[in-house]
Amino acid sequence: MSAYQPVGGKYFTRPFIFFLIVFLIGFYFMAERFILGMGSISNLNGGFSWGIWVVYDVVIGTAFACGGYAVALTVYVLNKGKYHPLVRPALLTSLLGYALGGFGAFFDMGRWWQFYNIFLPWHWNFNSVLLEVGLCVALYIGVLAIEFSPAFLEKIGSKKLLNRVNKMMFFFIALGVLLPTMHQSSLGTLLIAMGHKVHPLWQTWQFQPLMAIISALTMGFSIVVFEGAFVSVGFNRVSETPLLRGLGKAIVGLLITFLAVRFSLLLIQGNVAYLFKGDMASLLYLLETVLFVVPIYILISPVRRANGGKLLLAAISMLLGGALYRFDAFLLTFDPGPGYSYFPSMPEMMVTLGIISLEIMVFLIVVKTLPVLPREKHS
Amino acid sequence: MKRRDFIKATAASAAVVCGPETALARPNLEPAENAVGMLFDSTLCVGCKACVSKCKEVNSMPPVIEGDKLSWDSARDLSPKTLNVIKVYKDGTAESKDQEVDGFCFEKRSCMHCVDPGCVSVCPVTAMRRDPLTGIVTYHADACIGCRNCMVGCPYNVPQFEYDEAFGQIQKCQMCNQAGVERINNGQMTGCAEACPTGATLFGTRKELLKEAKQRMAMKEGEIYNYPRGDLSKPDHYHEKAIPAYQQHIWGEKEAGGTNVMHISAIPFDKLGMPPLKERSSASIAEGVQHSIYNYLALPAIALAGLSFVIRKNINEDTEDQGGNS
Ligand code: SF4
Ligand code: SF4
Ligand code: SF4
Repeated sequence: MSAYQPVGGKYFTRPFIFFLIVFLIGFYFMAERFILGMGSISNLNGGFSWGIWVVYDVVIGTAFACGGYAVALTVYVLNKGKYHPLVRPALLTSLLGYALGGFGAFFDMGRWWQFYNIFLPWHWNFNSVLLEVGLCVALYIGVLAIEFSPAFLEKIGSKKLLNRVNKMMFFFIALGVLLPTMHQSSLGTLLIAMGHKVHPLWQTWQFQPLMAIISALTMGFSIVVFEGAFVSVGFNRVSETPLLRGLGKAIVGLLITFLAVRFSLLLIQGNVAYLFKGDMASLLYLLETVLFVVPIYILISPVRRANGGKLLLAAISMLLGGALYRFDAFLLTFDPGPGYSYFPSMPEMMVTLGIISLEIMVFLIVVKTLPVLPREKHS
Repeated sequence: MKRRDFIKATAASAAVVCGPETALARPNLEPAENAVGMLFDSTLCVGCKACVSKCKEVNSMPPVIEGDKLSWDSARDLSPKTLNVIKVYKDGTAESKDQEVDGFCFEKRSCMHCVDPGCVSVCPVTAMRRDPLTGIVTYHADACIGCRNCMVGCPYNVPQFEYDEAFGQIQKCQMCNQAGVERINNGQMTGCAEACPTGATLFGTRKELLKEAKQRMAMKEGEIYNYPRGDLSKPDHYHEKAIPAYQQHIWGEKEAGGTNVMHISAIPFDKLGMPPLKERSSASIAEGVQHSIYNYLALPAIALAGLSFVIRKNINEDTEDQGGNS
């Protein structure tokens, strides 16, 4: 018997209808973008060619979707089998997050009708970090689908196929750990080529991939904590807090590493002065630091860690910190030079909100239909 | 693999990537042997914008009209319809030319045809190419997917995407040598250099242009110099003019690996909107990091083998003692 079960219940709840409406508005603008061109709905320009579609949908969205990565790493590599119940919900959100990140990337492609060029080896430029990101993300979406497939195969009762997939699963799990390590660090490497346009507080040059991978892991772990807590509240299920608490310790380690590396780099690369400028960049840096310190403060004490509400607060703070770190580097403090500014247009934001709504709707439908959430233990 | 070994291995690979040796993994690219380029001498530019018009003619692009200046192209910055633009520097009363305080001057903006071009380095599908012989950086729409990484990767914000088209593409100066124009291959000079009445935009090989620039710089202020016009290898005209108070700085000799289009001026380049570049190109650092991780996919392959082994073992143990491991 599987350790997971469908939640059941009806699909068209009120929140669902709300997300549906948001999605439809976003969909309207997506259609407009394909008919009239990107300029008709976005504020992208010659200096800011990457706006929220790239930075939110891809750079941040996929980091939010690192839950599957973080859990697979814990359960299968560091052999912490007790976290097993978290695997499927984490995989599902990862699959959705990445699939929609991929869709967002496609949507953002100026020449989408020949997007397939990136899959044709004779076009490849091996110097390009974006090539690595593109191919690796595409491959990972497939790997996630396979990792998640047992939920679907159990539902349709295809025992033979299920057995075969399970036999090969160790290999796909290995890929599922390797690939995010690769492209999540590369998302940081993307910043190197942008050189002086990236603010010195965020331009850590060859340390970019390290910063990016640590931030991806912390966001992955905290989204698992966040989801676990949210699911148990939203679906009225037995709390998973005791399980989630252990993850908290891992997050503390990562957060401290992140801050330690970051501050040492400020010293080594001689950028400390930018901290005290009192401008927007220094304030954003400070805010990020606070958002990273709060979860350390909460998670480092066993008493605070045992408190579900505090745990949730820590997870949210960490998620915001990680998201802000990426937002700041790619967009908020990004400076292409005089004469250029960017703030996303209303339709641009609606498209992004529409994509997020779609993600939530599919999540709700899938957990109600397929065995994704852990079977409740009646105690 | 034990957990501690795993963490150790991870830290070791992080050290490989971030260590000082990666920063040296690839030096800046060198100029192409017969690199062609242009020398823009801001002190000679009179702001007539003949080059802007000529550029539009060569590239079949419409003039951009802003306000009521109907008779002349008044584009203010690069755009998909403007590959070359003359910008104005003004300070205070803007009384005299080439004076930093209370002065004015003109500055050209077009692709710099970098020696180590960021746009070429970042393009995932090789749609930006540096010609191995001439060093000219061209764009190939048939390959381009419109990701616009070239725009963020160009230190000078040169490539411009046609956002207002349903099926847009990138536009940039290709030194008048794109397929169908091919002025350089046909032995002609660039359109803008041909049109420039004063020789402010001068065409030539990078080597000769650099020599010319150094020669001007070496002379004393006020000395009379015979300025060539058009193609430096066969100037069609010379005119005599006193040497101005040049900044001792050839923009593009060294910046981020250098450029084939170089600028000289009497006013510091940061005032003229040039970006704060170091000698090391960002592209070379990014590629160094990328290749230390992905050379022959060796590191990922080893990691995959290790991970498969550990995971398989852990899954088997887990099924044996039913999740009792923690
Ligand atoms: S100026 Fe920009 S577009 Fe031109 S070659 Fe250099 S990086 Fe490429
Ligand atoms: S927009 Fe086109 S040319 Fe520019 S980096 Fe992307 S694929 Fe290459
Ligand atoms: S070289 Fe040709 S395309 Fe480039 S700015 Fe001059 S005229 Fe325009």
